[in-house]
Amino acid sequence: MAELAGRSVTETLRRGLTFWRRSIQARVVVSTVLLSTVVVLAVGWFLLRQVQQGLLEHRVDTVVREAGTENQAAQERLAAVPGTDTDANAQANTVVNSIFSSGEARGFSVVMAGPGAPNTSLAERGTKFTPQLDLASVPQSLVDHFDASTSPKIAWTYTTIQFHSRGEVTSSTPGIVVGSTVTIPADGSTRTVYYLFPLDDVQQTLALVERALLTAGALLLLLIAALTWLLTRQIVTPIRLARRVAERLAAGQLQERLRVAGEDDLARLATSFNQMATNLQRQIRQLEELSRVQRRFVSDVSHELRTPLTTVRLAGSVLHEARAGFDPPTRRAAELLQTELDRFETLLVDLLEISRFDAGAAALDLDDVNLTDVVRRVVDSTRALAEQRSTDVVVRAPESPCVAQADVRRLERIVRNLVTNAIDHAESKEVVVTVAADDQAAAIAVRDHGVGLGVGESAMVFNRFWRADPARARTSGGTGLGLAISLEDTHLHGGWLQAWGKPNEGAQFRLTLPRHAGHPLRHSPLALVPEDAAEVVA
Amino acid sequence: MDSPVTAAGSVVGSLDLRPPTPCPRSSGTAGRLPGKIAGVTQGEDFRARVLVVDDDASLSEMLSIVLRQEGFDAHLVERGDEALEAFHAYKPDVVLLDLMLPGKGGIDVCKEIRAESGVPIVMLTAKGDTVDVVVGLESGADDYVVKPFKPKELVARIRARVRRNDAPGADTLTIGPLTIDVAGHSVTRDGQPVSLTPLEFDLLVCLARKPWQVFTREVLLEQVWGYRHAADTRLVNVHVQRLRSKVETDPENPEIVLTVRGVGYKAGTSGQQ
Repeated sequence: MAELAGRSVTETLRRGLTFWRRSIQARVVVSTVLLSTVVVLAVGWFLLRQVQQGLLEHRVDTVVREAGTENQAAQERLAAVPGTDTDANAQANTVVNSIFSSGEARGFSVVMAGPGAPNTSLAERGTKFTPQLDLASVPQSLVDHFDASTSPKIAWTYTTIQFHSRGEVTSSTPGIVVGSTVTIPADGSTRTVYYLFPLDDVQQTLALVERALLTAGALLLLLIAALTWLLTRQIVTPIRLARRVAERLAAGQLQERLRVAGEDDLARLATSFNQMATNLQRQIRQLEELSRVQRRFVSDVSHELRTPLTTVRLAGSVLHEARAGFDPPTRRAAELLQTELDRFETLLVDLLEISRFDAGAAALDLDDVNLTDVVRRVVDSTRALAEQRSTDVVVRAPESPCVAQADVRRLERIVRNLVTNAIDHAESKEVVVTVAADDQAAAIAVRDHGVGLGVGESAMVFNRFWRADPARARTSGGTGLGLAISLEDTHLHGGWLQAWGKPNEGAQFRLTLPRHAGHPLRHSPLALVPEDAAEVVA
Repeated sequence: MDSPVTAAGSVVGSLDLRPPTPCPRSSGTAGRLPGKIAGVTQGEDFRARVLVVDDDASLSEMLSIVLRQEGFDAHLVERGDEALEAFHAYKPDVVLLDLMLPGKGGIDVCKEIRAESGVPIVMLTAKGDTVDVVVGLESGADDYVVKPFKPKELVARIRARVRRNDAPGADTLTIGPLTIDVAGHSVTRDGQPVSLTPLEFDLLVCLARKPWQVFTREVLLEQVWGYRHAADTRLVNVHVQRLRSKVETDPENPEIVLTVRGVGYKAGTSGQQ
């Protein structure tokens, strides 16, 4: 189960990756959204900072002013006290009480530090403060500041305002603490009064702004994603359509065209694409027409030449049959006519076959063929020629059949060409035909030990009407097209036909066919350079 | 390279120049068919008649010379539209028909002759590998020869079509709903006569004589057409189709001439009667 789940996860991941690789739209949308998120976050952060700063500055201004006003009022109240009252503590209490009541009304806490030595905490100085307020809410640094300063008027700092009840902190809010000094007229001493203003409202406002910004940012990102998706869709959809049409064109549906709407870049792309398709279609039509004309021509030539040739052939046969009654020169003429007619016919047939290849009109009639059978058949049928040349033709084939998908008629023609060619050039030495096969390919190699091939001739042997030595007697009466036709036949099978040769060491022709038609060939089961020749080289 | 490279699609293999094998040949032809067909014997006085339809005057004349030397009687026609008339007047035993003819194409002539007679038709064609051959066979030709041909090849082909030997064996065969009267050269299906050409008749008899045997196309070519070696198996395919179209109730689902995939053909079992 787990394995199954794992596989399905991998499958999903793989599909996702494929989608990612294939979809421009997904990539554009995701990258745009990512970039926009960064920008939105930066802008949001900056805005938030600005707002925070502004709010705090404003608040600080307000509270400092308020503290100043309170201080002023307290000072004035003290000044109004009759000079007879000399109890400093009583005076201070009066002031504190009035500030307390005003603080209760307006939401700030008050601490009045008692007189004390510097570097002692407020708690140790008989300090008066709003009930339940934690004295730690007034930072020691501020206290020290007032202790150290000779005539400090007013100072403030940020703090955390904490209230506690029975040793437990009940609330803790950020706040501003403003310190200010009050002179007690009774003894002329100064007391520091700390006003602690909570920043609740600022914090609430900031939270509100933050929420608003977050919501706006999220909405903006969604909007950007949707916009990008829409925009890319506008670009990608025509491209996808074009791709589909291009695929259909490539598959041979030449009449396929893109729909052109409007005059924008995409429409112009579509127009150009269509023009290209039209031109291609026209070219292909032209080529098809040419090919058709060519085939028609070949067919016509075939018909036009074959009919008179048939007549001549029949006439030649009649003369040949009747040659016994002729005088010797006429008899010889009749015989020559007969043999040359055979040659002419062979040449014509070969020429027509070559033209058929050129016109692309040659087709394969595939079947599973045992190469060994073909070789033995061909060697049997060429026995008369071999005996005439006193050449031995040896077949070396494995016990197991060497089967390949091939057109047996064409294959037989290739092998016959190779074998007769070898016999022709073997100079009465042995000709060896080897057959072999492996999983991928089957091969036939025809080796002779005759005149061989000169440097660079192994590529030229397949040229039409090519002859190794133009002065050499054309004893076999070959047309000069045999190997060219064999090469075309081999190409039709998707196979290889190669030649190797050295002067006076003979030649080897190797035919390699894929065992399954259409499969590409990578190697041949037989070496092109025969082993005996390789030893000579070594 | 002594051996001629054979043109694509042309008939490979040599012809049997000896008298045809005594497989299920039947002498004469289906009795109802008009025209004096076959019944050819080796008699000195009888000369089989060959109607040569070819627009090339020289070739026609040469053909007639060769045919006369070989003991046939030949009549020449140069135009396609005159062929049928000459066919009626001359009543040939075999028709040699060129495919490209002025006046009327060889295919049409072939169809016209086949519409009223089962006389063997041998096509002369310059294109052995084209659809023309299949079209010609489908329109009723029994066999074809590719130009340029050797005289002996042509004569052997004509002889194979004209000369028919009696084969020993049962006089009446049944195959599915068909009853074949071998001696009388007639085929009936549920009492209704079925019109077959001599070649189709031979093909059917060949299959019906050994209903347990599967015939490869090569064997049929040898036994029905008289080819010694492998030839164009399209001949068999086309004629089996033509035969089916005449004897089967549903040629798409044959019951009488069955295809054995990858091997050949066999007669339908008698159990289907």
